[in-house]
Amino acid sequence: MTAHEFFPEGALTLEQWQHLQQLSNSLTPEQARWVSGYFAGLDAGLLRAAGGAAAPVAAAEPAPASRTLTILYGTETGNCRELANNLAAAARDQGLAPEVFDMASYKQRRLKDEQDLLIVVSTYGEGDPPQPAVDFFEFVEGRKAPRLEQLRYAVLALGDSTYEFYCEAGKRLDRRFEELGAARMFDRVDCDIDYDEPAANWATEVLAKLAAEAAEKAVARPAAAVASAAAPQGAPAHDKRNPFQAQIIDNIPVVGRHSTKETRHIEIDLAGSGLRYEPGDALGVVTANEPQVVAAVLEAAGLSTDAPLSLKGDATTLGQALERHFEITAATPRFLEHWAKLSGSSDLEALRAEDRASERTAFLYGHHVVDIVRKFPVGGLDAETFVAGLRPLQPRLYSIASSMASVGDEVHLTLSPVRYSLHGEPRSGVASAHLADRAEPGSTIPVYVQSNPHFRLPAGDAPIIMIGAGTGVAPYRSFMQEREVQGAQGRSWLFFGERNFRSDFLYQTEWQTYLKDGVLTRMDVAFSRDKAGKVYVQHRMLERAADLFAWLEEGAHVYVCGDANAMAPDVHEALITIVAQQGGLQREAAEDYVRTLQRDHRYQRDVY
Amino acid sequence: MSIEDKVIDRSADLSQPLENLGPDETLKAHSDYLRGTIARALVDPITGSVPFEDNKLMKFHGIYQQDDRDIRDERRRQKLEPDYRFMIRVRLPGGVCTTEQWLKIDSLAQQHGNNTVRLTTRQTFQFHWVVKEDVRPTIQGLHDVLLDTIAACGDDSRGVMCTADPRDSEVHAELARLSKQVSDHVIPKTRAYHEIWYGAERIATSEPEEPFYGPTYLPRKFKIGFVLPPSNDIDVYTQDLGFIAIAGPDGVEGFNVAIGGGMGRTDNEPNTYPRLASVVGFIPKDVLVACTDAVMAVQRDYGNRKERARARFKYTIDDKGLDWITQEIERRMGRAFEPARPFTFTSNGDQYGWHEKSNGRFNYTLYIQNGRVSNFPGRAIMDGLRAIAQVHKGHFRLTPNQNLIIADVAAEDRPAIDALLAEHGLSESNVGSALRLNSIACVALPTCALAMAEAERYLPDLVSKIEKLLEANGLLDEPITIRMSGCPNGCSRPYVAEIALTGRAPGKYNLYVGGGFHGERLNRMIGENIGEEKILEILGDLLGRFARERQPGEHFGDFLHRSEAIEAAQRLGPHE
Repeated sequence: MTAHEFFPEGALTLEQWQHLQQLSNSLTPEQARWVSGYFAGLDAGLLRAAGGAAAPVAAAEPAPASRTLTILYGTETGNCRELANNLAAAARDQGLAPEVFDMASYKQRRLKDEQDLLIVVSTYGEGDPPQPAVDFFEFVEGRKAPRLEQLRYAVLALGDSTYEFYCEAGKRLDRRFEELGAARMFDRVDCDIDYDEPAANWATEVLAKLAAEAAEKAVARPAAAVASAAAPQGAPAHDKRNPFQAQIIDNIPVVGRHSTKETRHIEIDLAGSGLRYEPGDALGVVTANEPQVVAAVLEAAGLSTDAPLSLKGDATTLGQALERHFEITAATPRFLEHWAKLSGSSDLEALRAEDRASERTAFLYGHHVVDIVRKFPVGGLDAETFVAGLRPLQPRLYSIASSMASVGDEVHLTLSPVRYSLHGEPRSGVASAHLADRAEPGSTIPVYVQSNPHFRLPAGDAPIIMIGAGTGVAPYRSFMQEREVQGAQGRSWLFFGERNFRSDFLYQTEWQTYLKDGVLTRMDVAFSRDKAGKVYVQHRMLERAADLFAWLEEGAHVYVCGDANAMAPDVHEALITIVAQQGGLQREAAEDYVRTLQRDHRYQRDVY
Repeated sequence: MSIEDKVIDRSADLSQPLENLGPDETLKAHSDYLRGTIARALVDPITGSVPFEDNKLMKFHGIYQQDDRDIRDERRRQKLEPDYRFMIRVRLPGGVCTTEQWLKIDSLAQQHGNNTVRLTTRQTFQFHWVVKEDVRPTIQGLHDVLLDTIAACGDDSRGVMCTADPRDSEVHAELARLSKQVSDHVIPKTRAYHEIWYGAERIATSEPEEPFYGPTYLPRKFKIGFVLPPSNDIDVYTQDLGFIAIAGPDGVEGFNVAIGGGMGRTDNEPNTYPRLASVVGFIPKDVLVACTDAVMAVQRDYGNRKERARARFKYTIDDKGLDWITQEIERRMGRAFEPARPFTFTSNGDQYGWHEKSNGRFNYTLYIQNGRVSNFPGRAIMDGLRAIAQVHKGHFRLTPNQNLIIADVAAEDRPAIDALLAEHGLSESNVGSALRLNSIACVALPTCALAMAEAERYLPDLVSKIEKLLEANGLLDEPITIRMSGCPNGCSRPYVAEIALTGRAPGKYNLYVGGGFHGERLNRMIGENIGEEKILEILGDLLGRFARERQPGEHFGDFLHRSEAIEAAQRLGPHE
């Protein structure tokens, strides 16, 4: 090989090139790697100094010497694992530094950063991937797959030619990676059941090329710059008044058959919004009323959907206004007052008395706007008068179930639509049902981020105790994602409660993985409807009182998320009991202890 | 070179250190005699499963972890683990069961087993769909009626079979007692079972926990069966160790001993294959236990522990040579085999309906499709058998063909049994094509982890379609054995059937034909990885030829074996 073979035309002058060659020839491979890093750093510095305006030196590839190599396998019987491990050993013998992963446990977000990827995968059934690799395939073949322009890849496919879909799993990945913009380094090789020889030939050929490339380029080629894409400046800030129209990526049930719940997991795309959130934050969703609820209210009030209406100076119709701007399900005391005046009903008037608060609450609990309008009809209403008693429609807030460190420009929610029957009619919560029923993947909803600084992971590695029932587990998913990415060492303990183990164990497989990987230290569960005696999270806390108190004494932060009416007070009470019992304190002293936790921001709640 | 001087390869057996053997050997050796961490795994509330190692060990306790494969994918998307369930297999030597035991099984199935229980091809009960926290209560319930599940699965001697012939006699009763005696003798002796399932205290002892097995048990499962000619209902040639009873005027005199049978094979692994047991000679009755110990000890000491697919006794025999193995058994038994006595088998199927016994009492064999005891529309098998168990004064026998004998009924009690059968829609159970009455399917999907295709849920439909072919050829009353397994391992003993199907993929099977009607000959594959249409096309052709060209009284399998019809079918090409 001559020095000119790699002369980068236009990037360097011949003289510069010759200097570089001289230097290169004097370097050991280690020195060469160091120099390569030096130039890369120098280059980045130059770019920054020039305010990001400097063009890259050349439109060359990223430094090949530092290209990473990953070997990814999918297997049921272990054949592909063995091949992948052999391949890795052979690669190391050639001076390469491969990492080997099972598709079953591969962190999918890594894929967008892979550079060279070798895939070994077998096929089952009707062209299906190995069972443990099904998630990986779904990710790669799904709409959430990242573009892979940075990637070079090669596929070794195993199969059985007596089946119709021979080596189909390998073929699927080979096709899909190409679609995602990755470059195929080698044509795929399909191996039948006697795969040893073709697999070995493939490995030899692939590694020879990679090793030669790495050896050559490590000494022969200067590192070229990669322009870093700065965050777009001046993007419009989205907030409650100016929500972002975000696309729904996924909307799936996360409860199994025979569940009494309809809990769903919803993934939303924030790309291009400039929205950022922290674990513990909430997502605001600007919502609308169901058209049939609007129609029912209009009918009860004897008003037309087209009735003109002026809202803060903007002309609209009553139908539009009721759908988008006013709460028309649950009634407020203000509506009660308004309607008492309009209807002249002595019953309603009586409920307004100061000493009848509990009856008023009960009445409002049992009567929505439409029920009151039906029961106490008012003739000759006009639109302006009707809406004067209504409360503006508020966005709904949902605890975020993801961490940006883990999911990038996405936000995940866990929600359980509120549905019940009132006066013989099915009723539902405005936003939860709206999201569950109408947020099809591909549709958009207006969202913004609601910061919640009072529900934050501790700095550093303080232990955390997370208590949540039902969808209250959502923020803990974001905590675990965050801690996993950070590689945080702090201990963590999750108490989770729901109705039935088999159907309602929200994100069960994720917690199992976090436990296995040590991201989550321990977990206790309470399923209230599996056995005769109902068991809730506070019962599990009390059973673990000694350990729980020890964690508190060691500086643990306590989080409570979920139902504000029953769970949160019960958990609070359990905490006081545990502190009193384990700390040998009187009740007042135990209350003090818990109050101090709150004051020190070590006891944080997100309840609703 | 004489047999004594033969150099025996010891590179894969018990004489090797653990690190030279397969991973299961280390797992067994480190299990603390089958304890593992089972007790802890049972109470782990985060999962309905047990860890990999404990799952393997629980097989020795008669328990398999499975999951509902129909909803595995759905649950994965729901971020839920698979719907883990446990299969619990009872140890029921000879398939003999009291009415009290039946009623207990019935109530446990209702409480923990999704209202169903299965009669198996090895004459026992299997509960399916048991959730983890119900496993212990189920086993404790069995204990109440003196039943256990020890060694119903695992690398040990499994449940012992025994001919269940409704025309039975005192000889049958004696054989059933012997099968129980042998079963009690060969099961593991570890106290782990009592500690884990009954909550017994661990007792410190200096005695060896497993005087026979040692810490690594057998290389693989080991199956023992007793058969009384002319019935070969237990398929004695498929047992690792078969005892063919030779009876004289005073009852059982002794046994012809058959060794090395086994069904399992692996697709695309030519060094795995089904093998028929070899009859090596006769022993008098009083040598029975010594012979059992000798045969099992040879397999324990020489069986392949390096490669699980080659660990069954049949491969040990083929690797070391039948003569050498026989001699080694004789050496350990302390005596030589006598020459085998003559015997004749006529069928491996069941005799249905009422039969009078030699003592003037009666047995009734009830056909139970695929052994599935459950309530179906118009056929309340579970309710009906419960009602019978409540009044029946005799006992029950489970047959190796997954049917049930209501045994030892006095003549005057027959009408009551008939009435209960009628009341629950079971009177017509035994009316069907001779093919259907000679059919066996394993459980397969959705619970069996090994299944690649349907079996129990599909065979009845396929039989209906084959019945049309039989009808067209006037063969509806011709007894033909048909067996289906969801995978190649062969729980339904497919490789000795006249027609057999083993699953390859959903809707795809290997088709075998030509086995012996009484289980004396292996069948041959004539279609590989084919679907229903092709299966029916091939069978239609063969049944047509059979109807036209058979000799009087000739069985379907014998005809195919004699007539080159198999070769002709194979020439058509096994592939679709």
